[in-house]
Amino acid sequence: MTNTLHRFGEAESFRDDFIVFAIASRGKNDEGALEKQRQFLRMAIPFKPVNLGDARKGGSLRPCKAMNPTNHWDRDFTPDLEAVVNGLEHITTVAAVFDSRHNAEEFLKEVKKADLGLSINISTSIDGAEQCCHAAGIPRHSVGYSLGFQGKTEKLPNTQVLTLMTMCGHGMVAQSLAKKMIDWVKEGRRTPEQAATYMQRFCSCGVFNPVRAVRVLEDARHRTK
Amino acid sequence: MRIDPNKCVACGNCTYVCPMGAIYIDPVIKRATVDRDECVECYACFNGLSQEHLNPTIVRTMRKIFQTLRLRFDPEPDVCPTAAFTPEDLTWPRIVRRAFSDPRVPHESTGVEGRGTEEVKTNDVSGRVVVGEVGFTIEFGRPGVGVRFRDIEKMTRRLAQGGVAFEKKNPITTLLKDPKTGDMKDDILDEKIMSAIVEIKVPIERTEEIVRMVREVEKQVDTVVVLGVGVRCDENGDDNIVLPILERLGYHPERAKTNTGLGRITNKGADPVRQPEPMGAAR
Repeated sequence: MTNTLHRFGEAESFRDDFIVFAIASRGKNDEGALEKQRQFLRMAIPFKPVNLGDARKGGSLRPCKAMNPTNHWDRDFTPDLEAVVNGLEHITTVAAVFDSRHNAEEFLKEVKKADLGLSINISTSIDGAEQCCHAAGIPRHSVGYSLGFQGKTEKLPNTQVLTLMTMCGHGMVAQSLAKKMIDWVKEGRRTPEQAATYMQRFCSCGVFNPVRAVRVLEDARHRTK
Repeated sequence: MRIDPNKCVACGNCTYVCPMGAIYIDPVIKRATVDRDECVECYACFNGLSQEHLNPTIVRTMRKIFQTLRLRFDPEPDVCPTAAFTPEDLTWPRIVRRAFSDPRVPHESTGVEGRGTEEVKTNDVSGRVVVGEVGFTIEFGRPGVGVRFRDIEKMTRRLAQGGVAFEKKNPITTLLKDPKTGDMKDDILDEKIMSAIVEIKVPIERTEEIVRMVREVEKQVDTVVVLGVGVRCDENGDDNIVLPILERLGYHPERAKTNTGLGRITNKGADPVRQPEPMGAAR
């Protein structure tokens, strides 16, 4: 699963995008990992994550399978972080998404102190991750670089759509939905915050960053590129 | 995935949420329809759309009235008003579409969701990539383009020709008919999936050769390719070896996934972390 590695953007565009995730390896450290992953998620909440993710069930905003028609007028857009923690039932990949490096660093320090034994990774710009590790006093163990998109790149959409859709690395945010949300924000039919939450609900592992999405949508409101 | 024509009201919401653009309103039956050849069974429509359970006849009537009066109802864009999506019982070979497209389904071969790979994310406990090695993840189809196994096979064949060993704990490797030739199972070649990752590792000296090999094959495939390069850092947490090679090849990576090394083996009786072979040992 490289669901966060290939987010589109230059290093500067990841200034509000820090994903810290915990994963267990089968046969190595998966015994008792479920409770440790729950602890990881619970520990993240005081550091104000903008999303929490359970790779099996989704993030802090999820689709509703029995929606009341009145919800078209009074829909709840509030993320439910506790539901992610309490809903975790399987050992999987769990993630906390932060919009500030400071919060990610402070969380990483706590995770180090907790000594969970799970593999802990940070996905952001190369420098951003290095600074987080430095602040927590951790030398990087391994790095997985993204070399960007190659091949038939003419099949890819414009940069703003690409930035939005790659925030769900599994590809669950369709390019036509991202384009539609940009259009709706331009037309004034929805706010950037509302548009971001529609996309967020499709991200099935909870790593979509709504704060970064709002920034991209605000930018797209003025100019589509 | 199928859409029940008795329930569908042709609102069109689902046509925007399909990552493959495989859903359209059929002008003859006036219902949303799935292009089965393009559908990768990712379940984004079924899992991602909220659902109402409204009466289809009433909704169709109201839509007709609004349409006649040229009035636009402005409903939520991520809702199927009549819960019209019906998942199918998938059988071989179509079932591989879902395994490689629906991120909630763990791959049987590795137990990992998403693309089913651990790469360097668990390198601190697996030692998958040790000092002196480079791990490559060659991903096809993402974002939003999709890929058929026939195209992936072009890469696996080329890599096999180059004498490269495929990562055993990887779902694509399990679908190779013969890892020595890179041939994939015949009955899946035309199946379309959201994305898949071919995973290999080589000695650092072969980094440039592999990158050039990938560049050569990507010209022959009808999709996008994205390359990930995994390395083990030195004791100071630095990588002063592979990054300069990538820069020499014209890459200037902006983003990375960084393993902090906080993982450790905790299972009783588990194998220890793989270590580099002693200097001079045969590779």
